[in-house]
Amino acid sequence: MSFYATCTEWMNAGLDERLAAMTETDVRRALGASNPGPLDLLAMLSPAATPHLETMARKASGLTLRHFGRTIHLFTPLYLSNFCTNHCVYCGFNSNNRIPRSQLTMEQVEAEARAIAATGLKNLLILTGDCRAKAGPDYLRDCVAVLRRHFPSVCIEIYAMEEAEYAALAAEGVDGMTMFQETYDEKLYPSLHPRGPKSDFRFRLDAPERACRAGMRVVNIGALLGLSDWRHDAFLTGLHAAWLMERHPEADIATSLPRMRPHVGAYQPATVVSDRDLVQVLLALRIFRPRLGITISTREAPAFRENLLPLGVTRMSAGVSTAVGGHAKSDGDGESVGQFEISDGRSVDEMCAVLRKHGYQPVFKDWEPIFADRGAA
Amino acid sequence: MTKDILTIGGLELTSRLFTGTGKYRDDSLIPGVCEASGSQVITVALRRVDLESGTGNVMDFIPRHMRLLPNTSGARTADEAVRIARLARAMGCGDWIKIEVISDNRYLLPDGYETAKATEILANEGFVVLPYINPDLYVARSLVDAGAAAVMPLGAPIGTNRGIRTREMVRILIEEIDLPIVVDAGIGRPSEACEAMEMGADACLVNTAIATADDPAMMARAFGRAVRAGREAFLSGPGARAGMAVASSPLTGFLDAGTAA
Repeated sequence: MSFYATCTEWMNAGLDERLAAMTETDVRRALGASNPGPLDLLAMLSPAATPHLETMARKASGLTLRHFGRTIHLFTPLYLSNFCTNHCVYCGFNSNNRIPRSQLTMEQVEAEARAIAATGLKNLLILTGDCRAKAGPDYLRDCVAVLRRHFPSVCIEIYAMEEAEYAALAAEGVDGMTMFQETYDEKLYPSLHPRGPKSDFRFRLDAPERACRAGMRVVNIGALLGLSDWRHDAFLTGLHAAWLMERHPEADIATSLPRMRPHVGAYQPATVVSDRDLVQVLLALRIFRPRLGITISTREAPAFRENLLPLGVTRMSAGVSTAVGGHAKSDGDGESVGQFEISDGRSVDEMCAVLRKHGYQPVFKDWEPIFADRGAA
Repeated sequence: MTKDILTIGGLELTSRLFTGTGKYRDDSLIPGVCEASGSQVITVALRRVDLESGTGNVMDFIPRHMRLLPNTSGARTADEAVRIARLARAMGCGDWIKIEVISDNRYLLPDGYETAKATEILANEGFVVLPYINPDLYVARSLVDAGAAAVMPLGAPIGTNRGIRTREMVRILIEEIDLPIVVDAGIGRPSEACEAMEMGADACLVNTAIATADDPAMMARAFGRAVRAGREAFLSGPGARAGMAVASSPLTGFLDAGTAA
């Protein structure tokens, strides 16, 4: 099975015309649906829904409260390696970029783990560039073995793997994976990812499904909004999530909503995704699939992240560094360049205080590894 | 009225409201909820428990007089539920365990077959097992055979606050199953908890509706009172209710016609 057929069918279904044809009646019907379908999602993402964001927000807020309570799960990324063979035109790790490349040794992984664990975080997301020669499955397994001594939950955001490779990592205790499709626009995709393993659109598109089959508990997907038309990519993200949920009800399917930010000297996004646009995406996805986990990253500014809290967010990162070895090093040592610029550099303690101020409980631990021998009596 | 005691696993309970620990904006609200509700049993997801943490552990907020009911939230198979239960006991959470085996995260409906398997294993190991199930008579009977201490049928899917949607099925369990019936999940309002108790349920477990209220302690108090009211209504033997007002006997009046004539 593949989401590819559904993806291509909808991408060729005249999305622009359908979006433009949506009316207020379609939006109201979507908001009243007990089990919203694809056209309901499209209506909520359409220009016709834009004047109804407050109504959508009330519904989304109620659904989030019922299903997730007043809690926000916290995690932080750990960059293990920035060697990369891809040429993604928007990414700081692009192999053409002349940046210092490095990869953590096991001693450095241990040091990073200790530094992060000292903040109280229990959920770690490990990242690498796409370079199997440097950060191959064996290297990852070694890292996971070190990290699992400090964190009950270790998730991966790495290159697309085969199912057996995911299964091997799951057996080592990796309980989640994140895979950004970046864009679901197959025609645009090659110009953004001209060379390297990531240029294989289909192999990447099917990676979340392979991870589900391999037994990953949390599978997080998403598009980098702004690379293509954000309405198209948000729509396909929702459909992809629903497709995975239907076939893998045993997995927790989640999404992140990163957006390109325009800045001087860097790749300029095709479309600018405004705050209002991002809120519309968040609300539409929450109403479409009320149990979908939704992450807002530190790409977003502090005040904006806080305003999003009641609208459907369930997970946030805190104490973030996107540089290799960025947690244990003091500020002056930072020879490594980050993958992207972060807008919210608040520490874990600061994020906890902010969440509590807004009436949310920061949740550090939400998983107990039971595959390890300590789970057996 | 004699003292109305609910006995589960040899423990005598005077409160028939079980509470939970999830979804609170701050775990420090939990002691107030326990006090206001009068509850004596509280469930906690073992996946959330972090005894090593310096950043706050939900266990620190559970009053000592409460009976801990660790649950196996996150388990997708009987084997995982069994492992979690054993871990809970090893961590000092006691012998009570609420079995939750869910492999459908969209509706969060429990898997009766896997639940029954886990119940049998854990009951044989001396656990006081309270399995969370769909209100299915056959599953409930298998749980009786497996050694469950109580049965916890859902009123509606977890977190939906939709009330006792499974009313007729729960009623059958109440009538047929000779174990305490604790209605769990779906109860969104005190009136719905009251309804479950009026039907003859032995207890209710309420978490989401209390934890997500603006004032959880006040809502907990309301639930405590509603559960008591429903229980008393059940014990008092309410009069039979007619579906409509009947002023005369239009169909059988002829039976009296002869005597009147």
